[in-house]
Amino acid sequence: MTDDIGAQGIPAPEGAANIIETDYEIGQDNIQTQIGPFGLDIHNPVFLISGLTIIAFVFLTLAFQQSVEPVFNDLRAWLTGSFDWFFLLAGNVFVLLCLVLIVSPWGAVRIGGKEAVPDYSYPGWFAMLFAAGMGIGLMFYGVAEPISHFGTAMGGVSVEDGARTDWAPLGAAAGNAEEARRLGMAATIFHWGLHPWAIYAVVALALALFSYNKGLPLTIRSVFYPIFGERVWGWTGHVIDILAVFATLFGLATSLGFGAEQANAGLEFLFGLPVSDGSKVFLILAITAVALTSVVAGLDAGVKRLSEINMVLAALLLVFVILAGPTLAILTGFGANLVAYAEYLPALSNPFGREDTNFAQGWTSFYWAWWISWSPFVGMFIARVSRGRTVREFIVCVLLIPSLVSVLWMTAFGGTAISQILSDGVTAVQDAPLELKLFEMLGGLPLTAISSFIGIVLVIVFFVTSSDSGSLVIDTITAGGKVDAPLPQRVFWCVFEGLVAIALLLGGGLGALQAMAVSTGFPFAIVLLLACWAIIKGLASEPR
Amino acid sequence: MYTHIMIPVDLTHAEQLKKALRTAADLANHYGISATYVGVTAATPSEIAHNPEEYARKLDDFARAEAARHGHQVRSRAVVSHDPTTDLDATLLRAVEETRADLVVMASHIPNIADHLWPSNGGTIATHARASVLIVR
Repeated sequence: MTDDIGAQGIPAPEGAANIIETDYEIGQDNIQTQIGPFGLDIHNPVFLISGLTIIAFVFLTLAFQQSVEPVFNDLRAWLTGSFDWFFLLAGNVFVLLCLVLIVSPWGAVRIGGKEAVPDYSYPGWFAMLFAAGMGIGLMFYGVAEPISHFGTAMGGVSVEDGARTDWAPLGAAAGNAEEARRLGMAATIFHWGLHPWAIYAVVALALALFSYNKGLPLTIRSVFYPIFGERVWGWTGHVIDILAVFATLFGLATSLGFGAEQANAGLEFLFGLPVSDGSKVFLILAITAVALTSVVAGLDAGVKRLSEINMVLAALLLVFVILAGPTLAILTGFGANLVAYAEYLPALSNPFGREDTNFAQGWTSFYWAWWISWSPFVGMFIARVSRGRTVREFIVCVLLIPSLVSVLWMTAFGGTAISQILSDGVTAVQDAPLELKLFEMLGGLPLTAISSFIGIVLVIVFFVTSSDSGSLVIDTITAGGKVDAPLPQRVFWCVFEGLVAIALLLGGGLGALQAMAVSTGFPFAIVLLLACWAIIKGLASEPR
Repeated sequence: MYTHIMIPVDLTHAEQLKKALRTAADLANHYGISATYVGVTAATPSEIAHNPEEYARKLDDFARAEAARHGHQVRSRAVVSHDPTTDLDATLLRAVEETRADLVVMASHIPNIADHLWPSNGGTIATHARASVLIVR
């Protein structure tokens, strides 16, 4: 009766499968409904509560700006100040776990099961994880941060009432330009190297493992199944998912708002576009429109392609800076900075008894909270595109290679800026505001018009690639882990993000809600430590 | 007249496909030809399967059940898509080529205003496939 040929397409499973048996069925809590002509498939209550809480927070901030702003700012400052040891310690745990996984036998476990083949080729995969993971920060802080650390280190230590008042890392390097450069580069690389990528890797690996290998829905709560058991499908899980949506949307919307201000300043500097609310709103609308086109085109035709364009542009700019800048110094600096990073790493990552409190709390602890608050979004996006890789491949590509790229990027951009100061005595970069430092640095090199233009395009494209992948992630979480929810839902989240950014830009409150988003880094840091344990437990039960 | 029928199947909403499935089976029996049931899944776990392999198994069971009910020759073909929400049409069009079907029988909703923004899957397949397409409302 039935065929002689049988099923085609996907091969039958081989080897031991390791599905977690649960009574939960994906989509069982979803509401499938029709609003007008549009079909919806949304998780109840995550979609509604996330949406309403976000709207409530926006209104609260707009209405009571004067009183809300200090509250959120103090909350963030208190968390990163009082729990700096906790953030630093947690960061170290993530790096150590990743490094151990590379060399352990668990490194051979394949995401998606023994027979799984990679969904994406290396270049496409790498472009997507890099564009979602760092993006815009590299553009502004690539120049600004090395200079800042270099400057404070040169300034030396100043003490008042037994406490350090300077912002220099560690013991500074008063007046010693060569050592200040090394320390400045090491401190910058520390913030953009192994630690942030380890944070992403932990979240991504946990999600990929529990989704592709254990068969749980692709949503943040699944990682907690080993800890909370069936309770993750109830309110415990709802709260985790809502918090993730909250952190992601506010993280993206406030970056978009600030980004529009920075891009506007850049465009004024380059082309004389006036700095005004109108220009900024136009920029947000333009970025949102491109992001919208990208999510509507889908993961392969939109998000992946844009990430690849992004990667090519970034590589072009990097190569240009290396060639047009002090080429030899950058190339030898790459090795020297790696050595400096390795040398200062133990002291910089030490969570206890730090004397450089301003640096450890104001920079490092803040960064860790920031990266951690982004990690649900970036981690979930990386997880989605990483099926078919072994754990070892995964960590090498999510931790080691991006860290090396960050080192090269910082060496080229920061190194060029520092040598402009040191050898040419040019202080334009040092004096410029944050958003113009990149362009001032490029201004010191030949072909400024072209490189600055690529720079500004890159700034905008980096925003788009964060915005589109973020919308996909929020859509999946609020659809209870379904990746095939109706298209209008992702359109909604993408537009919503743009509208929140515009409301906060015009009404004020970008800073307040960004502080709020960063504050979510604290609960998530605890969540991530639990995820480490879940990863070990999950890997231990996998066939290798 | 025809040599092979392709029937796109949404396993999650199989109960809504009854009319299309019956039509396809009747046509297959009428012309004495075989049919391929094509399902598209994401690699992530869904409400009906934990992984693509399980999905393929369920789709094959589904096809066999159709064969048992109507007595025609069947195959099944499960296809993994990175983003089914947006790539469904392209994936199905590729499947039409790969299965070498010259007739596609598929269910589609009654058109509404949203179709002006996003054309229905049935409409897009009919516009672009080289095979004949029979859309069952």
